[in-house]
Amino acid sequence: MAKLHVSTTINGEPTEFLCEPYETMLDVLRDGLGLTGSKEGCGSGDCGACSITLDNRLVCSCLMLAAEAEGHEINTIEGMAKGENLQPLQQKFLEMAALQCGICTPGMLVAAKSLLEHNPNPTETEVRYWLAGNLCRCTGYDKIVRAVMDTAEEMRGAAQ
Amino acid sequence: MNEMSNKWIGQSTIRPDGAEKVTGRAEFAADTNMPGMIWGSVLRSPHAHARIVSIDTSKAEAHPGVKAVVTAQDIVDFPVDTPVPLGIQDMRWMCRNIMAREKVLFHGHPLAAVAATSEAIAAEACKLIEMEYEVLPWVIEIEDAIKPDAPILHEYLEHDGKPSNITGTLEHKLGDVEEGFAQADVIIERSFTTRPVHQGYIEPHACLVSVAADGKTTIWSSSQGQFMVRAMTAMLTDMPQSDIRAIPAEIGGGFGGKTIVYLEPVATMLSKKSGRPVKMVMSREDVMRASGPTSGSMSTVKIGATKDGQIVAAEGTFYLQAGALPGSPIRGAAGCGFAPYNIPNVHSVGIDVVSNRSKVAAYRAPGAPIGAFAVESVLDEVAEALNIDPLELRLRHAAREGTKAAHGPTYPLIGFVETIEAAIEHPHYKAPLGKHQGRGVASGFWFNAGGESSAQVNITEDGNVVVTTGHPDIGGSRAAIANVAAELLGIDYRRVSVLIGDTATVGYSNLTGGSRVLFASAMAVTDSAGQVITTLCERAAKIWDIDPDAVTWEDGEARPAGDNAGQFEPLSLADIAAQATQTGGPIGHGAQLNTTGAQGGFATHICDVEVDMDLGIVKVLRYTSFQDVGRAVHPAYVEGQMQGGVAQGIGWALNEEYIFDKDGHVDNPGFLDYRMPVCSDLPMLDAVMIEVPNPAHPQGVRGVGEVPLVPALAAIANAVHNALGLRFSSLPMSPPKVLAALEMPEAAE
Repeated sequence: MAKLHVSTTINGEPTEFLCEPYETMLDVLRDGLGLTGSKEGCGSGDCGACSITLDNRLVCSCLMLAAEAEGHEINTIEGMAKGENLQPLQQKFLEMAALQCGICTPGMLVAAKSLLEHNPNPTETEVRYWLAGNLCRCTGYDKIVRAVMDTAEEMRGAAQ
Repeated sequence: MNEMSNKWIGQSTIRPDGAEKVTGRAEFAADTNMPGMIWGSVLRSPHAHARIVSIDTSKAEAHPGVKAVVTAQDIVDFPVDTPVPLGIQDMRWMCRNIMAREKVLFHGHPLAAVAATSEAIAAEACKLIEMEYEVLPWVIEIEDAIKPDAPILHEYLEHDGKPSNITGTLEHKLGDVEEGFAQADVIIERSFTTRPVHQGYIEPHACLVSVAADGKTTIWSSSQGQFMVRAMTAMLTDMPQSDIRAIPAEIGGGFGGKTIVYLEPVATMLSKKSGRPVKMVMSREDVMRASGPTSGSMSTVKIGATKDGQIVAAEGTFYLQAGALPGSPIRGAAGCGFAPYNIPNVHSVGIDVVSNRSKVAAYRAPGAPIGAFAVESVLDEVAEALNIDPLELRLRHAAREGTKAAHGPTYPLIGFVETIEAAIEHPHYKAPLGKHQGRGVASGFWFNAGGESSAQVNITEDGNVVVTTGHPDIGGSRAAIANVAAELLGIDYRRVSVLIGDTATVGYSNLTGGSRVLFASAMAVTDSAGQVITTLCERAAKIWDIDPDAVTWEDGEARPAGDNAGQFEPLSLADIAAQATQTGGPIGHGAQLNTTGAQGGFATHICDVEVDMDLGIVKVLRYTSFQDVGRAVHPAYVEGQMQGGVAQGIGWALNEEYIFDKDGHVDNPGFLDYRMPVCSDLPMLDAVMIEVPNPAHPQGVRGVGEVPLVPALAAIANAVHNALGLRFSSLPMSPPKVLAALEMPEAAE
């Protein structure tokens, strides 16, 4: 069977790729397009390390077929910082030591950014439930939750 | 300890590898690619226990796209009758773990591997390998494996003169327990079980190996020791270590589980045979079936005390699952359980048991949480029987400087007492509790470790600093090392770049494990930086044409040592570096040490839980850990270790376990059913760092990574007991078990 031709937008750039019908978005990002920031921790949608957004909706790219990207807009961790300027969550994660090994960090940041876009003023419980699909084995989540809450507060301050 | 201004030590600085990690650019093992790269896939055993009658790989070899096939015949065989130790491992077992020989010993045991032009073709070709087995009876649990009629895994391993699944024992004795128990008014004896739990790193094992035509081999892999990878791969593929360059990729969690190899020697042989670079990545299912976990256990602990509250004797027997090949952490269970206490008579025995499940690997303070769960649960009952506050009982018996421990040492300066005192004084200990809520406490010990470490400190031509060390950074150690180097050299930490060298660029360094990395590497960096400072002073002396002894290094610059030395403008690192060529050449020094003086780590935990009486869910409401951290060189990452250890303990105590089906297969090899704590399961995890600096270390460092897990299982079980009046002696305290125990208290046992 011939490969499928897909036209999409990734991190704001018009992008075309060929893929097998069975290939996941994560496979194509990592192996086809060299965007290895999204990680495969499980391949079954349980760990969230491959989190991306599809038209601003948070998804596990391991559960999405690459062909489904046709005509849609994908954003990955690689598109989060603008040039040299880290997105506020990225900066806060560094300042508050909200990562240890760093393997869950890209997915965690993509998920947290999506949270704050949907809800700029989340409670601790809301942060914890939103991030419940992103496993971290190193931190116990404490510093991650604090970093997200702090960033939200700062971003609200900046928006006023 | 030297006197320091401590401008950087104790600061939570930004980690040197941080920006790469938050932007997705950090290169983990599975992110690496090479031109011409092909993919390796592993054929795994469908049986829990079977004799291999034959393997026919011809159809797989003929399959289009297949470039190489490897079986046990391609891996060096270490005969079973001669031990071949490498660190704490034995290559007899390692060669059989990475590729089954003679028998398959667990479901998921590797049998063969295929390299092909795609991952899909490699996996497809694995199915074309024709296997013939003689299926054997299998045994999973300890209590079954030690029965007289149990299926024997290794007929050549004997215990008490006959083939046995008991494959090792260890004993610690202090005083005379019989005499001790004779003095006791209260004796509590209880039996406990814990289930094997996986380290749970989010990054599956992965490697990329390139064997060039001349045999020169490069390995990129995720491990807790590139030198371990090199040594084990060299031994298992019969290559000289000098032909192998092992490059440590960023590691996505390890917790002990990446202190051994699974894929690297296999990928090396596939690359050698195919002439192509070979990449191998485990699936999560492979990780759960065939790597790690730590041991399950079955133990009995007996503690005797006089009615005035003196503990006079303690005895423990700890059976630990080794998995399919010998080598469980009995030393941690038997050694650490009683180690926090000054008890005159102790007898502690560890017993290693093999069964048909994957070979265990180290997991954060290996064995120690198992020992502590039993000991700290019984101590809680002793305190109750004597009507003494449980922290007060621990404080009365707390080990301190001069205490002789049953596992051998007489303790130097330690900070255990301080952790208990801090817990007693903390508002958490006095906070009110509601209905169905309970509070538990427990303490714990981990040995910590020193050992081999190398470092190189180089001054760049523009007067900045590059530090290279040899231990994979698993939780922020580069940030701490930058603090140490900046402190010693008197410069801003942002001018120090810290890298993890590969086996060709830095001297031998032992594993990232045992809570040793910062202890050992800070010593090597201190030694190297000291030499660099000496050289910098010599260069300044040359520029000024005075005696080197008349120069001192302060605040990042060379200064005349006093008025007699003469009047000179200070020379900065940049000034001296700019003239390095004229004054004697490049500036940089290394040190390769076998570090000693690591001292034990102690912690005390307080945990509050609430039990949902309808659903059986135990929710941790509040958790505070108190730990003697020596010196917190980078406090945020020390706290991070404490919080991460506690979170793993909560998973172990409340939910994590393997479920086996009727065929001896793991039935829950994924993150959905193997239930690790998620963000919404946990509260904030308060970490109270207590600094009793280690006098044997230049910066006062003690290991901090492992002890935070040790008390957690018992602290949670003691909290559940406090809430319900039910003592769970069997982990995990998962909802079905809690519900069963609410209906019938015996179910807690």
